Amino acid sequence: MKIHEYQGKELLRKFGVATPRGIPCFSVDEAVKAAEQLGGKLWVVKAQIHAGGRGKGGGVKLAKSLDEVRQHASAILGMQLKTHQTGPAGQQVRRLLIEDGADIKKEYYVAALTDRATQQVAIMASSEGGMDIEEVAHQTPEKIIKVFVDPLVGLSDAQALLLAKGIGVPEGSVAKAVDTLKKLYTCYMETDASLAEINPLILEGDGNIKALDAKFNFDANALYRQPEIVAYRDLDEEDADEVEASKFDLAYISLDGNIGCLVNGAGLAMATMDTIKLFGATPANFLDVGGGATTEKVTEAFKIMLKNPKVKGILVNIFGGIMKCDTIADGIVAAARETHLAVPLVVRMKGTNEDLGKKILAESGLPIIAADTMADAATKIVAAVK
Amino acid sequence: MSILINKNTKVITQGITGKTGQFHTEKCIEYANGKNCFVAGVHPKKAGEKIFDVPIYASVKDARAASGALVSVIYVPPGGAAEAIWEACEADLDLVICITEGIPVRDMLLVRNKMKQKVARGGKETLLLGPNCPGLITPEEIKIGIMPGHIHRKGRIGVVSRSGTLTYEAVAQVTELGLGQSSAIGIGGDPINGLKHIDIMRMFNDDPATDAVIMIGEIGGPDEAEAARWCKDHMKKPVVGFIAGVTAPAGKRMGHAGALISGGADTAEAKLAIMEECGFTVTRNPSEMGKLLKSLL
Repeated sequence: MKIHEYQGKELLRKFGVATPRGIPCFSVDEAVKAAEQLGGKLWVVKAQIHAGGRGKGGGVKLAKSLDEVRQHASAILGMQLKTHQTGPAGQQVRRLLIEDGADIKKEYYVAALTDRATQQVAIMASSEGGMDIEEVAHQTPEKIIKVFVDPLVGLSDAQALLLAKGIGVPEGSVAKAVDTLKKLYTCYMETDASLAEINPLILEGDGNIKALDAKFNFDANALYRQPEIVAYRDLDEEDADEVEASKFDLAYISLDGNIGCLVNGAGLAMATMDTIKLFGATPANFLDVGGGATTEKVTEAFKIMLKNPKVKGILVNIFGGIMKCDTIADGIVAAARETHLAVPLVVRMKGTNEDLGKKILAESGLPIIAADTMADAATKIVAAVK
Repeated sequence: MSILINKNTKVITQGITGKTGQFHTEKCIEYANGKNCFVAGVHPKKAGEKIFDVPIYASVKDARAASGALVSVIYVPPGGAAEAIWEACEADLDLVICITEGIPVRDMLLVRNKMKQKVARGGKETLLLGPNCPGLITPEEIKIGIMPGHIHRKGRIGVVSRSGTLTYEAVAQVTELGLGQSSAIGIGGDPINGLKHIDIMRMFNDDPATDAVIMIGEIGGPDEAEAARWCKDHMKKPVVGFIAGVTAPAGKRMGHAGALISGGADTAEAKLAIMEECGFTVTRNPSEMGKLLKSLL
């Protein structure tokens, strides 16, 4: 689960990391009022969407007067902000962050994430702050330093010092950078984050270290014990169909193609998508109905797939283990009837009670195309939609 | 022969009284020699009771002491599963299989590092399979986990995969071709887990009852590439490889917590390329895994 920058900064402050003062706003008037309240002569008007690359897309502007705050807020609020992470349609800006202008002397990059290979927490830092870190990693990998933290020990002073000195923090500010890194680590662990990134972390003219941006991602498995993080969820930033699917405990992800697919198991679902592609079409979605699908769940899955106007056909691929094929067949028949299914449907069933399932489908009177293998199913659905 | 488990393995079930635990324990007992294999259950408050004729003990230590079992399987809900893994390690078991899906990553990080620390301090190493996995099976001998027993058949092909249903797919193809499996292992779909592809490939390589292996992976993480590089220098048996997720978009969690593309090296294409380079016979058509393997024998 992702959150907004202003929420991320709120979290960082809670753990003692310094950030510029700022106020989140939902309207232009609120934005001007926020600037007044903050005082000073320089403000930053920042679009709040979950995607990165907001500055390049025109979603971050400096304002030197309240008039300019109003001007920028009007332009940014409601705009379709396009960045390299939003896709070509962009994301509508519904929230702003009005912040004190900062006296930036130097920009750094720091982040915490879980490293699968070492099974430890990696803390990464770079002198090249404010840039796309993937680009830095590609072009000048030597400018990124990493330490691996044993979660039983925590980030040591020595490790934090190595990072701070390694990215060139000046002597007078090293202690502050070390402190910031240790607090970032604590914040990462205690909030069950899967990514906590500050880009840029800045050195100000007076030697202070502040987080000028904050990007977080959280472990979905741990949300049950993080009510404060869940409260930050902004459904406007998420795909409406994916949100709807999650209510029924369905793992659904929208894609660009025209073949809807419904599968049990994540690996088999991906393999089914890949097979569709291999045989000349593209999948419209990823959909894992999980191990315990009921008729209701299958019906909801059909409804969600069919909401997508691009869907020209559906492929169901079920490997019955715990889930019996006849149960799924009942679900498919009920769903096809309830949704008045008007696109071709290919069903491939295998495993427990396979024959019973196939019989239910054949006797339903519905124009369901049966298939034996994944490849056979893909061939048939590709032919049916042509 | 087989890897990790056989008909003489004795198993403790942690979470035997829950709905999932009961359902699958019954199926495991019914499968092949299961009745003699599943010898103990654990529940802190139900010691002395029995379920399916299996005696329940208050702790893994008690269960081990009474039954002599050195393997456990865990169906405990996500919030307590990491603790259950640690309990099995503290009881010095050989192998613990965690079926539970949805364990917080931080809990797994902590328990994995505790396990490493224990070994570093001279303690006994307990192997972990999973979490978020279907378990493992040695056909016609023993099944520990949630896979449908009837699709398996005793044979000489090893199967290893992160995904449950994709393992079943490969197993069914092998069985339909008249071959069978030595062992079929699901290592699980979580980012922080125990045994990895490389560990299982080592075991299949050393197992005289395994002639060839189907190794199935998916997007996310470095494990398949690591296993492929090891195989290049050491694997003496033919390997068919498949990676799911060629069509998966970057940055999205595809069902499994660990199935997420986060860089250039963990895409399906990148992994397929490395596997091919390392001498695997790879396919992009998952319906052909079995046929391809048969052609290599």
